[in-house]
This record gives sequence, structure tokens and C-alpha cells, in this order.
Amino acid sequence: MNIKSATAILFGAALAFGCGEDKAEIKAPVATAEAADEIRIVGSSTVYPFSTKVAQEFKNKTGHSVVVESTGSGGGHKLFCEGAGGDTPDVTNSSRRQKKSEFEKCVANGADEVVEVKIGFDGIVLANAIDGAAVDLTLKQVFQAFAKQVPMSDDDCTLRDNPYAKWSDIDASLPDATIEAYGPPPTSGTRDAFVEIAMEGGAKKFACLAALKDEDSGKFKKVSHTLREDGKWIDAGENDNAIVQTLTNTPTAIGVFGYSFLDQNADMVKGALIGAVEPTFENIAGGAYPISRSLFFYLKAGNVDVTDGLKDYALEFTSEEAWGPGGYLEEIGLVPLPDEERAKYRKAVETLTGYSQ
Amino acid sequence: MSQSTSAASVHNSDQALKRLKARKSAESRFRFFGIGAIFAAVLMLGWLLNSIVGTGYTAFYQHYMTIDVELTESIVDPDGVRDPDELRKANFRKIMQEAIYARFPEVTDRKEKIALFKVISASGATDQARQMVYQNPSLVGETLTLSVPTSDDVDQLLKGYIDRNAPEARRKVTDQQIAWVDALKATGEIKSKFNWTFFTATDSRDPELAGIAGAVVGSLMALFVAFVVSVPVGVGAAVYLEEFAPQNRFTDFVEININNLAAVPSIVFGLLGLAVFLNFFGMPRSAPLVGGLVLALMTLPTIIIATRSALRAVSPSIVDGALSLGASHTQAVFHHKVPLAAPGILTGSIIGIAQALGETAPLLMIGMVAFVTEIPSTLTEPASALPVQIFLWSDSAERAWAERTSAAIIVLLTVLITMNAVAIFLRNKLERRW
Repeated sequence: MNIKSATAILFGAALAFGCGEDKAEIKAPVATAEAADEIRIVGSSTVYPFSTKVAQEFKNKTGHSVVVESTGSGGGHKLFCEGAGGDTPDVTNSSRRQKKSEFEKCVANGADEVVEVKIGFDGIVLANAIDGAAVDLTLKQVFQAFAKQVPMSDDDCTLRDNPYAKWSDIDASLPDATIEAYGPPPTSGTRDAFVEIAMEGGAKKFACLAALKDEDSGKFKKVSHTLREDGKWIDAGENDNAIVQTLTNTPTAIGVFGYSFLDQNADMVKGALIGAVEPTFENIAGGAYPISRSLFFYLKAGNVDVTDGLKDYALEFTSEEAWGPGGYLEEIGLVPLPDEERAKYRKAVETLTGYSQ
Repeated sequence: MSQSTSAASVHNSDQALKRLKARKSAESRFRFFGIGAIFAAVLMLGWLLNSIVGTGYTAFYQHYMTIDVELTESIVDPDGVRDPDELRKANFRKIMQEAIYARFPEVTDRKEKIALFKVISASGATDQARQMVYQNPSLVGETLTLSVPTSDDVDQLLKGYIDRNAPEARRKVTDQQIAWVDALKATGEIKSKFNWTFFTATDSRDPELAGIAGAVVGSLMALFVAFVVSVPVGVGAAVYLEEFAPQNRFTDFVEININNLAAVPSIVFGLLGLAVFLNFFGMPRSAPLVGGLVLALMTLPTIIIATRSALRAVSPSIVDGALSLGASHTQAVFHHKVPLAAPGILTGSIIGIAQALGETAPLLMIGMVAFVTEIPSTLTEPASALPVQIFLWSDSAERAWAERTSAAIIVLLTVLITMNAVAIFLRNKLERRW
């Protein structure tokens, strides 16, 4: 009895399922060949929360299904530019502008009408625990604290391995605490923006490095983009919540993450002032806060005919109710564009005008 | 006599007693370490469970507010045509704003009104009214009493996750919002209910509306595919390799590779899936079918290894007995050896599949790390998976995600424990002793 039932369970059931399986596999390619019945979005994990919010509202209003993948900006452009038509992503989100090489790949693969939409700003904050000392840094000091190699003074451009162990070593006015920072890893778009805006911006404050930028921009990039590897800067993984947790346990440590995490955790961490400017919503929107970047999405104009509702999704995203001041995206931390820019990109969506680089 | 005395003296000599003592203390040392190891393991497991259950259980209930909503025709359907598709796009946000302003007529300041609207879940309330009118356009003009979710911040406040004594600037809810919420709670308009949304809804950008249904269905579909592909193939391969394959260099080579495959990091299978299933066979992205095939590849080595060792554990006398009574080799294997090994095979398969349930990395490459607005109904529709959902939620900014992440982990652990329990039950039921 037992022996028979065991055989039945193992082979009978498995074979019966197996037959069903074959059919499913044959069906699969047919299903893809039909027109895409959902809007496919890939790209940046920074834009992901905004994109999913719009997707949700859009689904509620129209019933169209939307799939948003969080692949990172680079991964998003790669998938997006693989070709045109219903089998490829309709939209890619990006926390930086599309690179020339990526644009050219798009054109080469048939996706030649790409609509570029800037959706708003995102600040990158340096924060520490709410009970920690107040921090007020200049970009130059940020560079001195985190670069792998720094010049010792404005005139002497010989680069030395970063000698600063404490903040007070950089400037006597800074706290007498060990430099310790938790930030995003090199694979993250936040890291890209941090090194491009904060580190490059700080490096340029050294006259000799500014001169180097004109002479040999590659070398300048290497100097300004390489963060120290002696344990003072710690790649904390992609999870910003983990960084916030670490900061509350280590009051002297500084964390680097997106503004929305500061906004949501105002009871646990506080933002460092950069050049005496506080990272607030108003300061990022007004451009006073120096470390902020633009967020984008890119849409294939050619896919509007194959993917139902694609244009309506873009219109929903660029509606005042969504991305305008007081809109639902602002509620979850997107810093809106100024009026003229919103009008400009809205028009690009309405007319589906491709951009060029 | 003299012999026994000499024997006693040998066993009682100082040296002998010393050796005895050393042996005994070695034994008690080992016992002590053993107990210590078990204690440490139990402690860590208890800690893990405690922290997950401790943060997660609050996600199983949620606060709702009862509110009278007037579906004003001039806002919802200004043209009076009652076209469902147009009604669906109407400005229900304004309807809900008016509804809550009507509850607190004394609030007139614009900023205060914005704060007041933040007591309820804007998208949750709006969508509830929206879908009701879409389903039944004749409701326009009527006044409904709805039970809408409160916003995640209010819910967190009422669950005690927001410190009321903290300075106002440091918390997500203002003093005034706390006063409104307390008033509503006192009159019974805000009530805590079991959070069905968590089990019936798909993923959402708003924690108070998010659920695991889509992810659970996606995971079950992927596991189904993984099971029906990997078990027959794995068991078949193992039976052939163990019982029928000639012993030569080629089979040795295959065997070594199977053992190596079991140790390959799971992301590699994701890359393989991307290259083979998506790029070569052109299967759809994000589909549970592809997810299942990738997970099947991943569990295959585990199943083959478990099956082979289960077959090896069957006493050779059984097969010899069958052969001596005239059974063919195939009959001996399939009538006797495989059924007797079945408990071990099943346990190995279920544990392999349970492992696959917890995988995120291979699903990343094939596009299942995604926000999907609908519960998938076929194997080729886009879907997410439970571990993916946990991963995505844990990375979200709002505080309310923390409890939902833990709650999703509780669900995942429950499924895993159930699967292992089934494995143990089947093993005990099918096991044959003699």
C-alpha cells in the first residue's frame, strides 16, 4: 500500500503536472507576440517610488496595468535602448540625464523618437543622529573629508593620501570627532550624483585642481571621484533605512542618502548644513541647497501606438495633480520643477516630441 | 585472589584514576559545549523570531475612519452623462476633501485643511469612492458612509510608533492632527480593524494600502512551475545516474558538475535564465513561468543529490530479493527501490523547493523585482514574488513599511514551516520500517 501510494505521488502527479507544463511553455511565446497589454517601466530606484505612485493612480483611474521594475538607471537605459516595439520597455526612469552613448544606442536600435521628461529634483543629504552635534560643512570640506587623495593646501597640488582622521583636523571649527561616513555603494545612482556634485564641486574649490580639470579632465575625475578606502567612508549598501538605523546607533557618524529619507525620519536624524544652507524642501526647490540633482523619465514615442495607455500614463505623470506643487508626488518627497520647466516638458509629452543629444 | 587484587590495583592506581578523571572531564566538557551550542542557536533563533514578530504583528490590524461622503454631482459628473469611464477619472480627491472638511467645519485655514486631509489615506479613500461609483454610477448625488483607511502616519501614531512627547518638529504628525485623531478615536469614528487589505491587495506605493496577494500568487505560480519541472527531471536523472548509467569518465564528469552546480550562487542562474529563456526563447519578462524555470534549474542539483543518497540508503537485500525472484533490473528499481527511497526523495525535493521560495537574486535578472499593479492570473503575466516584495518594502522610506516588511516575513516563514512540516509528515507516513 505504502509503496504504491508513494510511487503514485512521485510519478503520477509529477507526470500529470508535467503535461500541463508543456502546454504552458508552448503558449508562452504566443502570448508575447500579441500586443503588449501592460505598460513596462524600468530604471532608477530613486525614481521608482514616484513612478509606482503614478502607476497606482493611473491604474485606479483607467484600469491599465503597469509594471515598474527597479533596475537602476544604467540597467534601465540598457534595457530601454535594446530596441523598439511592444517587447521592449516603454519607459525608463533615470536619476541622471541619458548619456550620449545610451542615446546613440537607442537610435541605432530603432528607438529614435525618445521623449525626455525632467520630473523634478532630489536632494542628497549628509545627516547625523538627531542628538549628535550640529554639522555645517562646505563642499570643500566634504571633499577633504572623503576623497582618497587630497592636496594639502591651495598652492601645493601634490596629492597625498588623505591624512585627516578627525573633522577638527580639517578645520579647527569643526567638531573634535572621528570622520566616519556611511554612504551608497558605487552601483547606486545616489553615489554617482554625490561624487559628481559634492565631490567634484569641492575639488574645484582648490585652485590647482580646478586648473587640472581644464588640462586633464580624466585625471581630475579620478581624483574627485575616488573616495577614501581607509575605513572612514563605508559603503553601506543600497538600503537607506539601514543607514538611518546605523546613524542612530553611532552619533558621531555621518550618513549620505536621498532627501526623502531625511524627510521621513526627521525624528531620528538631522541634515547637515552645506555652505550654511539647510537641506529643506524649499532650499532644494529654490536651488539654494548645493547637492541636488534632476530626475527624469524617457519614453519611446514609437511605442505609443503599440502600448495601450502609454501616452495617458505620461500625461498623468505630468499633470499638475501629480507633479505640481501640492501634488501627490510632492507628498512623497519629489521636489517639483519651476512652472516654466513643467510647462515645457508637459508640452513635449503632449506632442510626443523626441529629443536629441 | 592475587589476580583480582592486582587488577584492582591497576584500575585504582593513581595514574589510572587520573586518566579516568581526564576522560570524564573530557566528556562533561563536550556535553557542556554541546548544550552551549544548542543554547546559542536557540537564543539567536528566538531573537530573530522575537524581533520579526514583535515589529510585524501590528501590521495585521489597521485603523479605519468612518466618514460620510457626499458624491456631489457637480464635482463627480459635471456633464451628467454617467459614463463609467469618465466617472472613474473624476476628481474624487476633492470629494474626500469636502467630506472631511464637513466633519470639522471649524477648520478654515488653508494650511490646517491640508493637515486635516492628511488624517485619512488620500489614495485609499479616493480610490474607494472612485471604484464604488465606477461599479455603480447611480450612486452619484447620494451620500455614502464609508470606512476608509487612515493615513500611515496616523496609523503609526495610534499604534504607538510615534512618540507623542517628542517636539512637534521631530514627528510626522502635528499636535493639531493628534488632537483631531484623539477626538475621532473617542467618538469611535476611528477604529482598529483586522487588516484584510494586507492579504487581498497587491503592492501599493502607500503602506496603508499595500498587500501581499500579488506576490504570494506570483510565488506560488513560480514554485508550481519549479516543482513540476525540477522534480521529474531531478528524480529521473538521479535514478538513471545511480542505477543504470555505466561507470565511466563521462558519468564521473557529470556527477562532479552536478555537485558543483549545487554550490553556484543563485544570481548566476538568473543570468542563465536571462540569456536562455528571455533572450533565446523570447519568453516574457517578469513572468512566473520564467521565474519558475530559473528556480527549477537552481533546485535541480539539490534534488538529484538528495535522491541519489536516498536511493543509496535502501538496503541492497531488497533489490537482491527482487532479482532472485525473477524481477528485471528495471522492475527491481521501480517497484522496490524508488518507492522505498520516496520519503527521502520527497523531503529533499520539498526542502529544495522551500529554498527556492526564499530566493530574490535570480529573479532580479528576469525582471520579477517589480511593482505590479495586478494579481497575475496566468503563468505569463507579470508578477512579483514574496521575497522580492520584502526586499522592495524594506528599502522604502516611510516608517510604516517596517512593520509590513516584518509581517511579510512572518507570512514567508509560515509558508516555509508549513512546507517543512508537510515534508516531515510525508516522510513519517511513507517510511517503512522492518
